[in-house]
Parts: sequence; C-alpha cells; structure tokens
Amino acid sequence: MFNHILRALTKGPVTEPAPSPSTDGLAELAGRVDAVSRARLGRSLSIRAVDAGSCNGCELELHALNNPIYDLERFGLRFVASPRHADVLLVTGPVTKNMAEALRRSWDATPDPKWVVACGACAIDGGVFAGSYACVGPVEAVIPVDLRIPGCPPRPAELLAGLLSLLEHSAAKE
Amino acid sequence: MTDQTDTTRLFDRLNTLGPRAAAHRPWPRHVTDRTGWRTLIDDLDKDGGLALIGLWADADAGGVNVHAALRDETAGTGAVAVVTLPCPDGRFPSLSAVRPSAIRLERAIQDLFGVTAEGLTDPRPWLDHGRWGLRHPLADSPSPTDDSAAPPPYPVLPCEGEGLHQIPVGPVHAGIIEPGHFRFTANGETVVRLEERLGYVHKGVEALMRGQPVARAARIIARLSGDSTVAHSIAFAQAVEAALGLTIPPRAVWLRALMAELERLANHLGDIGAIANDAAFAFLLAHLSPLREAVARSADACFGHRLMMDCVVPGGVAPDIAATGPQRLLELVADLRRRFAPLVAVYDGKASLQDRTLTTGIIHRGLANRFAAGGFVGRASGRGGDARKSPGYAPYTDLEFEVPVLTEGDVNARVWIRIREVEQSLSLIEQIIRRMPGVPRGPDGITPPPLLRLPSVGEEREGMALVESFRGEILTWVRIAADGTVARCHPRDPSWLQWPLLEAAIEGNIVADFPLCNKSVNGSYSGHDL
Ligand code: SF4
Repeated sequence: MFNHILRALTKGPVTEPAPSPSTDGLAELAGRVDAVSRARLGRSLSIRAVDAGSCNGCELELHALNNPIYDLERFGLRFVASPRHADVLLVTGPVTKNMAEALRRSWDATPDPKWVVACGACAIDGGVFAGSYACVGPVEAVIPVDLRIPGCPPRPAELLAGLLSLLEHSAAKE
Repeated sequence: MTDQTDTTRLFDRLNTLGPRAAAHRPWPRHVTDRTGWRTLIDDLDKDGGLALIGLWADADAGGVNVHAALRDETAGTGAVAVVTLPCPDGRFPSLSAVRPSAIRLERAIQDLFGVTAEGLTDPRPWLDHGRWGLRHPLADSPSPTDDSAAPPPYPVLPCEGEGLHQIPVGPVHAGIIEPGHFRFTANGETVVRLEERLGYVHKGVEALMRGQPVARAARIIARLSGDSTVAHSIAFAQAVEAALGLTIPPRAVWLRALMAELERLANHLGDIGAIANDAAFAFLLAHLSPLREAVARSADACFGHRLMMDCVVPGGVAPDIAATGPQRLLELVADLRRRFAPLVAVYDGKASLQDRTLTTGIIHRGLANRFAAGGFVGRASGRGGDARKSPGYAPYTDLEFEVPVLTEGDVNARVWIRIREVEQSLSLIEQIIRRMPGVPRGPDGITPPPLLRLPSVGEEREGMALVESFRGEILTWVRIAADGTVARCHPRDPSWLQWPLLEAAIEGNIVADFPLCNKSVNGSYSGHDL
C-alpha cells in the first residue's frame, strides 16, 4: 500500500490532464467547466442523483465520473447524499409509476434555485420502456427539466459535457 | 443445442407427472395436473437436492399456466426440467412452504396474472404497489383500476419487543444506487430484523416484450439490468436459438464469451473497490475503479460500447471485434495482472479492513441451498454451481477455468470469490483470444459479422437457457409464436434468489455493517423488479 502511495506521490495522479484534447474532448471540456462553474457558482455545484427506474446502466457511468480518471470533484461538481443539499437533480430512468411520487418528493425537498437534468434516453423519452403500463415516461412529465443528456447510457465524457451546458443554460435563463 | 435426454431420478419422476410438451428445448417440459403438482411439492419437501431455479406463468385464452424449473443438484450435467400446471380455475398450490425462494416469485405471479397461490406463506402484493392504473397486466384481460386513489398501505411484518425501534431507508438512497425500501428493526446498534420491499423500478418488461419481433425484444432484454446486459442478452439469444433450432457461427459463440468475461471483470473490479469503500477504505476504490475504467474503454474500443449493450443479438453478435481488439485485450490482461495482484495484497494485509469483512453478514450454506443461490453469494457459502460448467455451454466446455468455492459465507468470502473470479476471467480472455476461430472471408473479400438471420419455422416453439452472469445464473424462457414474434419471455435474474438472503445475512450485525452486506450480495433492483 505504501508503495502505491509513494508511486502516486512521485508519478502524480492518474487523472487525465486538463489540456490534452485527444481523449474524448474531455480535457478541453475540463477547462470550460472549470471556468464557467467558478464564475457562476463559486466553485461548487452539488448534484443529487435520483434513479427513477433506470436499468442501472446510467448509474455505472455516473459512478465512473467519480473515478480518479474523470475525477468530477476537481471541477467543484460533486454528488451529495440528500436533495436538501443539492443544486441539481440528475434523474435517470423512464420514471416508473412506483417511483414517481419519490421523485416528486425529492424535487420538493431540493431548495431553490434548482435545476433538473434528465440523464439518458429513458429519462428523456422513456427509451425502450416508453408506453409501458408501469412507466410515466419522460422525467418532464413529472417535474420540469432544464437539460437533457442523451445516450444509452451517456458516456462519462458526455455527462461532463452535459453538466457544462447546464451551467450555460442556467446562466442564460436569468 | 440438441435435445438432451437423461435418465436420472428426476427425469424418471417427472415422466410420471404428465406428458412432455413437444416444442420445448433443450430441456424437457412436462404438463401435469394438481395431483402431479402436489407430488412435486412432496418431492421438493423430501429431496433437498432438488433445486427450484425458476417459477413463472404465462397466460392465453385458455387460462394461466404456472411453470416451475427444477434442477437435480445431485446429478450431473443437463438434469434440468420444467413442470407446468395449467390453472383453469385461477389457482395453484403454493411451493412456498417447501422452497422459500418461491414466496416472492409467487407474489409476483399473483400481481401480474391474477391467479392465486394457495397456501402462499406471505400473500401481500410484491411488484404491484397499487399505482399502475390496472391490475394483473399479464393476464389475458387486465382489469383497469382508478389510479387517482391513494395506493393501499403496505403493512410491514410485525416485529415487537422491548427496546426495539424501526429505521426506514429508501426508496431513494444516499448514494448513486437503485431504489428500494429497507425496514430495519434494531435493538440499539444490532439489527434484529430486516425487511426488504422491492418493485420500485418495475418497468413492465415482460409485457413490453410480448408480441414484439425478436430483434426489438432483444433491445429490451439488453436493458433489464445494465450491469449484466451482455449476460442477459446471451441468455435471451440462446433461448431463442434453442427454440428455433438455430446453430450460430462458432466465431459468434466465442465473441459472446469474450464479452461476458469482460463484463464479469468490470463488475467484480468495481464491486471489490466499492465493498472496501463501504468499510471506509477508499484507497482500494481509488485504485480499482481505474482498472474498471480500463476494461470499459477496452470494451468500447473493441465493440463500440462501454457496456457492450446490444452487441449480442439472437443469431450471433452484431459487431465483430475491431481489428485491433485482440491485441488491445491481451495488453489489457497483462496490465490488469500487473496492477491487480498488489491491490489484493493490500486487501489481505489490512487488519482494520478485515475486521469489518470477516464474520460479517454470514449466509449459512443450508439457507443458500434452499434458495438455490448462485454466483458469489452461493459460492461463498459452499455451493459450487456455475452455469458455464453445469449444464455448461460453448465455448466454456472447451476452456480451462476453475470455479472458486469457499464455505465461510461472510462478506470476506464474497470478496475473495470475486478476486479469484477476476483471475479466472483474465485467463479466460487470454484463452478465448488465442483460440477463437478466425474470420471467414466472404466471396467479395468483405468479412460479414458472425450473425445469422433467424429462420421462420411457421409454428409455435419454446426455448430456455441457463447463462452465468457475473452475479450468478440467469434463467430465460421464451415462447416464439408461429409468426416469429415473442409470445412470452420470462428472464429470471439471479437476484431473485439472492435478495432474500440479504435479510438473513444482516441479522445480528450492526446497522453500520449493512452497506457492506448489501454491496457484497449486490442484488440487481432493475433485474429483479422486471
Ligand atoms: S438510458 Fe439506457 S442505460 Fe440509461 S437507464 Fe435507460 S436503458 Fe439504462
């Protein structure tokens, strides 16, 4: 273990460096998120993820955002445990009827100003589950949506790109 | 796959229960009556080696049929059969008294089909939370309900005594996790009882697939549980191919296994890190999650999708592996071997971490047997089953690998099973790449992906498949209509047989150890809720 730590100290972090535009445009994106989020929200944007019926594929990629390679927190973006601490609700899934009330209550519990991100094909239009007796369908049928991030599931780099455009979108709204 | 005949006791017994359905492959399906069903219950009661591995229903104008899939665990490969009870009067005798795993499966059947399981030890609704706007969605004629009315209350099982208090958790949890409700009854720090309530992510998958072309149904199955998308797609494809009597190109068989092992690798690497993180040992998560990321990126480079969703389809595989794929995967294996072993040594050498995982969340072997639990849950509790070995399917029958088994049944054992399986999967990936049949060239020099068109057989057919996901054995059953559409498909995720064991694992442990127990069992909510 100490070897690992020593190596990390001497070789530096595995996080993909900010200015290296080759990988998925991620690095370029990193700089933009940083600049905009600093201007608008100091250095922080707290995100509460709500699974409203996802297949758990979107969750796997949300987890990936937290790994040291994407290292979401370096942008001041972080996942929080309660909607009461959140600026953003990030919703996945085709909103099952069994989850609609829990989603509405999470939204009610989130303090203003707040934004809602519909993450993934299911959250945007129900995806392959559209039309089911057990699903409401798009998130916007339950709570107002500010931003849609398409993909099934969206790649971590696309999720990052989406969070950036949310910042721009919310700035334009005022 | 060809029809498999077997002369074990199980099959002899089933022959006396009723006639064999003609169009069911590869294992036999026998149609019985109530007397035969009661004989089956007696047999299950007397013979602990008879495992209930699936229980589902289907409906047509003639009424509802209930199907029980069984395996003789004392016999060898292929001792699998289905017993069917037609229920024209809408009732069937419950199996719950002899196999507790039947309880939730029968509650789901009641909710979806409106038939009654007589003597069901827990008759409360399960998937139906009273919000669908209809009842019995899979019955021949579902009945609409008024969904503006408040949903009926769901009484949790009583648990009373001096000093006991309840802790409700969920459905929305604190992390990035799927939703479900946990009701703890605790005495101080010690959990006296846990009751799970699931069904929150029920999406009506089985109804959505009904009547759809096979290709469309495959896209839905691929989204039953995202972490097992490859395994569920293989199970569905194998069931359809068994029904239609289709033999797919050998290269497709090997590519499927390659994807399945990449999926297993990614999930196990993620799980081991997450379990350690739940014991507040973030170091391992920080070092293992980049390994998981490396697998996801390799999958993306080879097959065009990080989770390999929609890459396995009935008839073969949708994309062949990218030209640079094999070399890239060999490098991945070498890299992971180099980086994984020192992290295992860290896990093994940290007394403070072992203190949290050793003897925590024990699942006893007897209970695991009664639930026919597979995967890391079963194997950590002394059950050696693995669908890749028994009944076994290609190409695993040609590959060398071991199925690790431990007997302690605690969180630590479930971690070690994953560690050993990571090592096995690395070896399997290497073997597959070295031995995979080459690409056959088309007449014009263009190499088509190994994918066959599904034949149209012009009659109703049924197929079943048992496929090992990272979590355990998936059972998928299909009936293909004469016009080639899916008349009925039932995918049984391994979680059905494992979720109930979590309730037993946590008993007597402290509340703070629940995340460890939960993550080490790692049931799929979406895969279970259907
Ligand atoms: S968008 Fe795709 S990955 Fe995300 S929840 Fe829906 S089916 Fe799963």
